[in-house]
Amino acid sequence: MPEMNIIQAVNDALRIEMRRDPRVVVLGEDVGRFGGVFRATTGLYEEFGGERCIDTPLAESGIVGTAIGMALYGLRPVPEIQFADFIYPAYDQIVNELAKMRYRSGGQYPAPLVIRTPVGGGIKGGHYHSQSPEALFIHVPGLKVVIPSNPIDAKGLLLASIRDEDPVIFMEPKRVYRAARGDVPEGDYTIPIGEAKIVREGRQVTILAWGAMVHTCLEAAEKASTLDGRYDLEIIDLRTLLPFDVDAILTSVKKTGRVVIVHEAPRTCGFGAELAATIQERALLQLQAPILRVTGFDTPFPYTLEHEYLPDANRILDAVARVVNF
Amino acid sequence: MAGDKPKEPKEPMNAPGPSPGKVRAGMGDVGAEAVEIYSDEDHARAIGLWSILTPDGKADPAQVPQVEPTGWLAMYRGMLLIRLLDERLMTLQRQGRVGFYAEARGQEATVIAPVAALEAGDWIVPSHREGGAALYRGLPLAAYVAQIFGNVHDIGKGRQMPVHPAAPRELRFLPISSCVATQLPQATGIAWAAKIKGDKTVVLAYLGEGATSAEDFHTGVNFAAVFRAPVVFVCVNNQWAVSTPAAAQSASETFAVKALAYGIPGVRVDGNDPFALYAATRQAAERARRGQGPTLIEAVTYRLGAHSSSDDPDRYRAPAEVETWAAREPLIRFQAWLKTAGVLDDAREAEMRADLSRDIRDAVAANEGQPPPPLRSLIEDVYLRPPRALEEQLADLQRVRAGLP
Repeated sequence: MPEMNIIQAVNDALRIEMRRDPRVVVLGEDVGRFGGVFRATTGLYEEFGGERCIDTPLAESGIVGTAIGMALYGLRPVPEIQFADFIYPAYDQIVNELAKMRYRSGGQYPAPLVIRTPVGGGIKGGHYHSQSPEALFIHVPGLKVVIPSNPIDAKGLLLASIRDEDPVIFMEPKRVYRAARGDVPEGDYTIPIGEAKIVREGRQVTILAWGAMVHTCLEAAEKASTLDGRYDLEIIDLRTLLPFDVDAILTSVKKTGRVVIVHEAPRTCGFGAELAATIQERALLQLQAPILRVTGFDTPFPYTLEHEYLPDANRILDAVARVVNF
Repeated sequence: MAGDKPKEPKEPMNAPGPSPGKVRAGMGDVGAEAVEIYSDEDHARAIGLWSILTPDGKADPAQVPQVEPTGWLAMYRGMLLIRLLDERLMTLQRQGRVGFYAEARGQEATVIAPVAALEAGDWIVPSHREGGAALYRGLPLAAYVAQIFGNVHDIGKGRQMPVHPAAPRELRFLPISSCVATQLPQATGIAWAAKIKGDKTVVLAYLGEGATSAEDFHTGVNFAAVFRAPVVFVCVNNQWAVSTPAAAQSASETFAVKALAYGIPGVRVDGNDPFALYAATRQAAERARRGQGPTLIEAVTYRLGAHSSSDDPDRYRAPAEVETWAAREPLIRFQAWLKTAGVLDDAREAEMRADLSRDIRDAVAANEGQPPPPLRSLIEDVYLRPPRALEEQLADLQRVRAGLP
């Protein structure tokens, strides 16, 4: 199995699917000749030509809007929004059109497509190259929201997303685009949408995370184990945020009785709030402490103080200590 | 409008894109010679008013498009159906039997003539008042009326407010959205996909003049122009976007002239003239089918009725203006021509009206008082299969309906 990073895994998945399914087209800003600003579409223009790997004019609502039309006609578009921070011009197309197309047509006009977009901070990007807007899409019925944390999941989940019959927002954690490496199986495989993964087993506290924060949580767990083995953390990588894996979460919570949720996005109405509400609805009596959240601040994403803004191992361990010692 | 001199259409505008050996000025080469993208004739078509059928129903036979008499009759029937259906459903709304309605009175030619100029496999991407186009395409009248009542027979399963019909997929008529201009990039995407697949499909995309102010007008038209997608944009300029007059919508000379800046033809047409609309759409569709890209047609018409049953146009426009436009409305002039041409006579007209009125009565009778869609439809079609969370939410409601604990 070749070792790959997330970008290479995404690129591999796109190539496999474009070879397998002639309906698949990639479109977006700089995705063609240039291969994408992060190089995720490298080589696709050369192999599949400008009609299937399309450099578009610079307009996100145009990219998503035309992709919806292509899907209605029977293609399988995979539009790329260069940074999630710039997805908002397409928000109307995504929320009012894409997510409602099947529903408002009584099932006559589904529009399956996958919007790929890099998310998250920690790359010296400031407000407009660092945002984590997952909650804005999880709140929209009709969408699925997927965010892998590593190359193996990135490839399998992207292949599953393109083959899914419903629209998928596929968020890619850009901070670990190259840093997260792994032995990626060759050829075709899928990872089911909607299944979380326990990336570290433990008995004391359940940590829920996704995207780049999974790595920060693993770092916290390592650090915890050096502190005289005081904290034994179970880390769940949700992988799919909508629909999320309630069973995996509850199974873990019933074992540990303690939960810490970690996300980069601002706290208020972040996805952590939904997770906390769901857990207390279904496992109140198993809980031995309040559910705590370690999140970004309720501020725009900062440039210089970005590592103060982002959850780190110490903030996670602080929350762990508070739920253990409650 | 009536004072404008009818203009003969010229050859279509040059296809966009640099011609061999030349670079378009302003597109990266500061030393390049300017290449003419549009001519004086192209400009004249975008600011003129193409008209064939006069308000009193006369037309130069040489200019009337070549269509079988039965074709004109079918178009007239389609327009008359919209008029009679709108009258009936507005009455039902006033009587409190229908929740909401929006009529297309005065704009019937824009709804039918462009659709009549398409081939059967072409797509229709409607704006807001083109439900009659779905009927013309073959949507059963009963299905249209079922949508108004949002009942168990509605193809859209009672999910949208009235006047937002959904059609079976084989009719290639997108379900109407209340959003303004969002349909335009979608229309471009449909056309672009057809082009990628090598099909000869053309997409007819409707918009109102107000939609030209919205972002997605720009993205939809620009993408279509850049990729030469086979789209015919028909901008129905009915002079009013709720209470906002056309003049407050744009500082452009006309709406059609905006096309020239995108490098595509703009054609301004009398929107109450089914002949000119048919000819302009036909020409644009053939151009698109030849691979020469999109066209923007401005259909100059007038919304004789209110924006909707919730609107009161007396608060923002003068009755005299409505009367002026009422004299130019499309059904009267089309009917006059059909009778002069011997395609229609008083007896046939009366029979057609009686048939359509009966069909409308039957469709209303078949749909009024019908049960709502089944409860389960609440969670269907959000996804291909309802996910567990939706099943649980429905189960909660069913439990409560079964009785409080």
